[in-house]
Amino acid sequence: MTWRSPLALVREALRGQRAREKDLRNLASNLPYEGLEKGKQPNRYFPGNAIKTTKYTLLLFIPMNLFEQFHRLANIYFVGLAILNFVPVVNAFQPEVALIPICVILCLTALKDAWEDFRRYQSDRKLNNTPCLIYSRKEKQFVERRWKDVRVGDFVRVVCNEIVPADLLLLHTSDPSGVCHIETSNLDGETNLKLRRTMSGLCISHPVFEPESFNSVVVCEKPNNNLNHFKCYAEKPDKEKVGAGIESLLLRGCTVRNTDHAVGFVVYAGHETKSMLNNNGPRYKRSKLERKLNINVFFCVILLFTMCLIGALGHFLWLQALPVVPPFLVPDSNGHLDSPSLSGFYMFFTMIILLQVLIPISLYVSIELVKIGQIFFITNDIDLYDEDTDSRVQCKALNITEDLGQIEYIFSDKTGTLTENKMVFRRCSIMGTEYPHKENAIRLAVLEEPESEEDIIFDHVPQPPNTRWSLDTEDTNPEDTQHHHGSWRKSKVAGTAQSNVAFSSPLETEVIPDRKLLQQISRAESSSSSSQKIDPYLDFFLALAICNTVVVSMATAQRQRTSESLHSRQTNNPLNTLSNLVKKPGSLHRIFTFWQRKPKRNRTISEDSVTEGDDFNPPVKTEEPGDINGLQTCSLYAPSQCNMPATTSDNLSYEAESPDEAALVYAAKAYGFTLLARTHDSVTVRLPSGEDLVFEVLDTLTFDPIRKRMSILVRHPITKKFVLYTKGADYAIMELLGTPYAEHLSGSQKNIAADTQHHLDCYAKEGLRTLCFTKKIVSDKMYESWLVNRRRALAAIDNREELVMDTAVQLETNLSLLGATGIEDRLQESVPDTIVALREAGIQVWVLTGDKPETAVNIGYACRLLEDEDLVINMSCKNKLTCTSILDCTLEEVRRYSEDPRNVDTTQDISLVIDGRTLTMALSSDLQDRFVDLAKRCRSVLCCRVTPLQKSRVVKVVREKLKVMTLAVGDGANDVNMIQAADIGIGISGQEGMQAVMASDFAISRFRHLKKLLLVHGHWCYTRLANMIIYFFYKNVAYVNLLFWYQFFCGFSGTAMIDYWLMIFFNLFFTSVPPIMFGIMDNDVSAEMLLGVPELYRMGQGAGAYKFSTFWVSMLDAFYQSLVCFFIPYLAYQDSDIDVFTFGTPLNTISLFTILLHLSIEIKAWTVIHWVIILGSVVLYFIVTLAYSGLCITCNPPSNPYWILQSQMADPMFYLICILTTVVALLPRYIFHVLRNSIAPSPLAQARHLDRLDPSTKSELIKEWRSFRGGGQVKRSRLSTPPSPTLETPVDIHLQSPISSDVMGDEFILNVITENYQRPLHT
Amino acid sequence: MVKEELANRPDNTAFTQQRLPAWQPMLSAGIVIPGFVIIGLAFIGIGVALFVTSQSIQLLELDYTGVEQTSPCFKCSDPNAKNCMCELTFSTDTLFKGPVFFYYGLSNYFQNYRSYGVSKDDDQLSGNLDNFKSPSDTCAPYEYDRNNKPFVPCGAVANSLFNDTFKLYQIVNGAKKVVPLDGKGISWWTDYNIKYRNPAVTPLKNAFNGTVKPLYWSKPAYELDPSDPANNGFINQDFLVWMRRAALPDFRKLYRRITDGDYAEGLPAGNYSLQIAYNYPVLSFEGRKKVVFSNVSWMGGKNEFLGIAYLVIGSLCVVMSVVMLIVYAKFKFPEEE
Repeated sequence: MTWRSPLALVREALRGQRAREKDLRNLASNLPYEGLEKGKQPNRYFPGNAIKTTKYTLLLFIPMNLFEQFHRLANIYFVGLAILNFVPVVNAFQPEVALIPICVILCLTALKDAWEDFRRYQSDRKLNNTPCLIYSRKEKQFVERRWKDVRVGDFVRVVCNEIVPADLLLLHTSDPSGVCHIETSNLDGETNLKLRRTMSGLCISHPVFEPESFNSVVVCEKPNNNLNHFKCYAEKPDKEKVGAGIESLLLRGCTVRNTDHAVGFVVYAGHETKSMLNNNGPRYKRSKLERKLNINVFFCVILLFTMCLIGALGHFLWLQALPVVPPFLVPDSNGHLDSPSLSGFYMFFTMIILLQVLIPISLYVSIELVKIGQIFFITNDIDLYDEDTDSRVQCKALNITEDLGQIEYIFSDKTGTLTENKMVFRRCSIMGTEYPHKENAIRLAVLEEPESEEDIIFDHVPQPPNTRWSLDTEDTNPEDTQHHHGSWRKSKVAGTAQSNVAFSSPLETEVIPDRKLLQQISRAESSSSSSQKIDPYLDFFLALAICNTVVVSMATAQRQRTSESLHSRQTNNPLNTLSNLVKKPGSLHRIFTFWQRKPKRNRTISEDSVTEGDDFNPPVKTEEPGDINGLQTCSLYAPSQCNMPATTSDNLSYEAESPDEAALVYAAKAYGFTLLARTHDSVTVRLPSGEDLVFEVLDTLTFDPIRKRMSILVRHPITKKFVLYTKGADYAIMELLGTPYAEHLSGSQKNIAADTQHHLDCYAKEGLRTLCFTKKIVSDKMYESWLVNRRRALAAIDNREELVMDTAVQLETNLSLLGATGIEDRLQESVPDTIVALREAGIQVWVLTGDKPETAVNIGYACRLLEDEDLVINMSCKNKLTCTSILDCTLEEVRRYSEDPRNVDTTQDISLVIDGRTLTMALSSDLQDRFVDLAKRCRSVLCCRVTPLQKSRVVKVVREKLKVMTLAVGDGANDVNMIQAADIGIGISGQEGMQAVMASDFAISRFRHLKKLLLVHGHWCYTRLANMIIYFFYKNVAYVNLLFWYQFFCGFSGTAMIDYWLMIFFNLFFTSVPPIMFGIMDNDVSAEMLLGVPELYRMGQGAGAYKFSTFWVSMLDAFYQSLVCFFIPYLAYQDSDIDVFTFGTPLNTISLFTILLHLSIEIKAWTVIHWVIILGSVVLYFIVTLAYSGLCITCNPPSNPYWILQSQMADPMFYLICILTTVVALLPRYIFHVLRNSIAPSPLAQARHLDRLDPSTKSELIKEWRSFRGGGQVKRSRLSTPPSPTLETPVDIHLQSPISSDVMGDEFILNVITENYQRPLHT
Repeated sequence: MVKEELANRPDNTAFTQQRLPAWQPMLSAGIVIPGFVIIGLAFIGIGVALFVTSQSIQLLELDYTGVEQTSPCFKCSDPNAKNCMCELTFSTDTLFKGPVFFYYGLSNYFQNYRSYGVSKDDDQLSGNLDNFKSPSDTCAPYEYDRNNKPFVPCGAVANSLFNDTFKLYQIVNGAKKVVPLDGKGISWWTDYNIKYRNPAVTPLKNAFNGTVKPLYWSKPAYELDPSDPANNGFINQDFLVWMRRAALPDFRKLYRRITDGDYAEGLPAGNYSLQIAYNYPVLSFEGRKKVVFSNVSWMGGKNEFLGIAYLVIGSLCVVMSVVMLIVYAKFKFPEEE
């Protein structure tokens, strides 16, 4: 680079600053300037795409880290002391020695920081080096570069399923109409596809895109973090301006889907991209305990100063009382003495040095070590290990383990966190008949157990549509599943996150049809083909296939980018497995164990299907043709099977806005109604007969939250009639049902509606997402007249949306019910159990989801966040005024309710459901308090349709207003903000990439792991650490006070009667390991007990075990003990010829015994390790001290410990004093513990007591105890009998629908007006 | 093949899963009763033994500071008095059982004062000749004299060596009979043999060439005990006893033992006279000087405190066991049989 004058550099920098700060940015293409030096580049002021989240650089690590470390007050204190010790007038010890502790501390911390930063550096580097395609003018094509090379003004090409490297203005796509689908799950967690259009009017979308022809200037706004807003325009050379918005912006972090490739112009790069701006970097989290600890450290400082002041004052007075200079006063070298006041002043600092250990010097290091140990045990917990992903719990934050034991609020994401994020078609009801799809349920049950998913794509062959579903085909499927799930695992581990194509897991794509229904259809088909009459069954499936916005894409195109992993998967698949089987000598045994595992599975299945009986016999016994060859052939055949179904229909893949729609389309496909193609104005469906029907789409009445339904108006290709298919939420449909389905079921229509409603209720109770399907035949005349209205509405300028909606409502009347479906967003394993346990532990659980309220409420019931008897308050309003009044009313009602004396015993649980818009208003500064007050009274809160920033805002508000410990758990990048805002962020490593995990403090693989993580590890970590810290304070005070008391007998001169090295050893070796072990390993209550009695968790909430009273009590105890430890030897050695260090030795020994035995009283469970460490410490003390005083003759002048312990140990008095003093020192604490445990045992002590009993009496007593304590308020009865309403026997038909009717009923009681529910449709 | 895949699976051991077999003591009233009883009884036993032993020790203390005008040493307490001698008489009614230890005691004397204690040179005292020429600066201001000659031994501790001397006579029929005092082995064996060494120069005097005796000393170190050449320099027993600094401001230090001749069995009943060369000034800082005769038991000198403390704590434990019994009867866990 050429030399430039500093002035020019400054000017350049200023100009760059100005360019970045300007409200509007002018961006030009880089291509004309390619290869020129940096100063000539038009966009040189804007940052590149490389990101850097590390804190340190290699060169500056030491100064920066030291600087960082000295933010810790304690470190400054220690360094100050060390420096003070170098001042001759005040020093108490040899100066160099005082440096050792602080150096050790600084080094340890620096090592830890370096390691953490290195991990950040690695992840940055990985991201920055991700390949991408940038257009190069020289090579006239897109060339492969890295993400970090992307600059503003470049043209970047993104291929399907690739992640967008920077914020791109979309200019061209492979799609002729210039659209592109993106999936923003990395940003906001929404897995549905979003449509992006190329910038219209910028006519450069020739079939082949020529970036070089781009000669406009893009003017865009300053970078901001709003993901849903973007403004820019392009100014062509002829000054014509073309505008564009968010619909043309591809955001960094999104994945391009369903589009072969797209080309965009980089507008923001690197840290200026919207996703990075949304990522408000990691926050240094300090645990609550640590904050409290610092207050206590502060008290210690005060204590220290008081003691030093006493020392200084005492020294002053002592000096003043001396009439002349006694021989033991040493003047300075000039022979004159400092005045008493000056000596007193110096003495103050000497005292600080002498008593410095009072500020627990090793506490911070010990805490870090303890936390490392705790993390070791957490990560090694086999219960928190997930076999399917082969992942343990990961602890990313090393310093907040104990916060896990103090959580009061949990904020959870829904999709992917509570649920598997896999929509599965479960059941349907057609014309009032329920088809339970038992086979499908079995398949799901089978899938659930080995959790093999991807292998099914190949092995579990989609059957040709029209085959009869016989038992033997079903038999093979689970077998295949089982054989390959081992091999599949390898592939999954090998596979990258990219291989997760949206909604392509077989769980969702595969549906095994109900046999009864299949017969019904074939019957209907034959009849309809003969009589040309449309059967409602066929209609139902047509509706399923047509009435949606699902886009069809070919699977091959979809998987282009993932072919690599696909390939590896195939090579790893059964053939490999087989060779492995042959090679490995132990394989036969393994096969054997495989079969042994079978019966268990059989049992779980038979719960669901009693009728299926022996379906799952090992194939060795069965004689079905497919299984003749037994195990090995099965493995051999699998690959050929997987390659076989290369028919067109199987390569179809569906891209849906919501996974529900995809699930329905897949369900229709299973019955032979295959959606083949969808264009703007036509839909092609292949019928079971093989015939392709092309429906002309006349209009699509899109879904909106007010109507809660969508419709599609098509012209039937055979009958040429206009048919309107509508699907929607049950309550939005049921009231629109018109005259009976006249054709052939007249009279029974009412029954159909009632039966369907009953089925819907059952579905909902089962936690299924329900949808109703209706059909309406629109007469030509009616259509014509409606069309006029519709056109007028579409053309309207004012109130366009309202008018359009009105027209939709006009058409959607007099519908005839076809049926209903139940889709399951399967809850993860043990989610309800976990939530119930967490709630019993006194934790409030909030669910924040981007989903719509219905779904959220549905899941809320399914996961027992909401109970049937809960009072559910639904808040949804449009403007702030209503919001305020609703809030006030509700709050008033709730208050009155809780204050009502009649409700004292029957505290009804209140749950709040609130949507995103209302939430925004409720969180505004003036309503915040009221909202929080209301939410505080609610047992659970469900927030729907919330954005990532809102999520974090909710967390922040609750955290700050209620001053509670919060935990956020989520799995997607949309949860990152929330995870970072909470005291503890937990990421669930799962379907949606790794962003949440990267940002989290802990990463788990299943929601249910939260239970053990909090209830057991949280409790343990917290009590261990709290007790350890209190003990640490105690220990230091008890020890240092010995020195303090001695000052009264040495003229406050700062003499230590214990050798300084032994003092350091005392803290460093003799008494350091036991508390660390105590902090890592003490088990106050067993894990079973903690899981069995979640109420025990409440011990840690709020102040918990670490209260100020506890602190002060232990301080007093320390004072008492130090008094005893000093004065008993003092009185015993009074008037004797004992010398300074001989006097100090028994004191040191007594302290050791007292301090260790004190810990022994606190230790709740003694394992071998405890014994070894405690006894080892004592032995070490004697060995080291004996060695030191045996070898060190003059090595540590002036103190001279030679042969002192040896001579003391030869003296019986030494032992007598040690025994007596230790007993006297510990007696009060011991008696206190004994009395408290006997008279008023804490719940923990009781639990500990129960722990010792044998299991049967234990469980009995636990039950008794819990009911006595009222802890088991949350009914657990439902847990024992999983909710599986038998739909065949309509006994509980009178049960209310827990979703809709309860919500509305409660609203009525509460007099809460929510616009949506009160006047749903009258417009 | 399944196992190999699970590389991350944690070890399922008792340690990693925190399931090590553990002893979980429950501190409750019922369990601790036996412990209290045993400890209580044991303590009472020890207490009785200690108390009885302590009672059997004879102790005789004589203050000779000379504060009161009636005191025979009053004349010597005048700071201007040089080479003052005074004589103290006392009598014993019974045999003072031997071996009798003869201590001198100082009160309000802070040998544990920090800067005082630091003021010595251990290397010099262990016979390092380099430190004769240039003592450690910890000795300041007793490092060099005005002529810049080093003090040997340097430092405040050595400088302030106690220099009163005593002679004990039994008055038998009006005549003074010298009671032989044994000055050997009154210091720690390790001090005499290991820690403190004279430089390997013979005669010892030569080693001290170019040095001066400490300010307050009347004789140089190599002439401390003219009667015994092996008791000079740094390994002089009195010097060693003094250099071992007392822990508390009221202390006694062993001066001699009475183990020889007629007095091996102890001091018979009778009148005694103690002749004191009164040199050491203590009145200026309100200190006191005394001599102490005592015999010792296995537990050292006379000290009743420990025995009483054991008795008190032992009784307390017994009382606590009764209290625990009451508590146990009232509050035992229901299933605690």
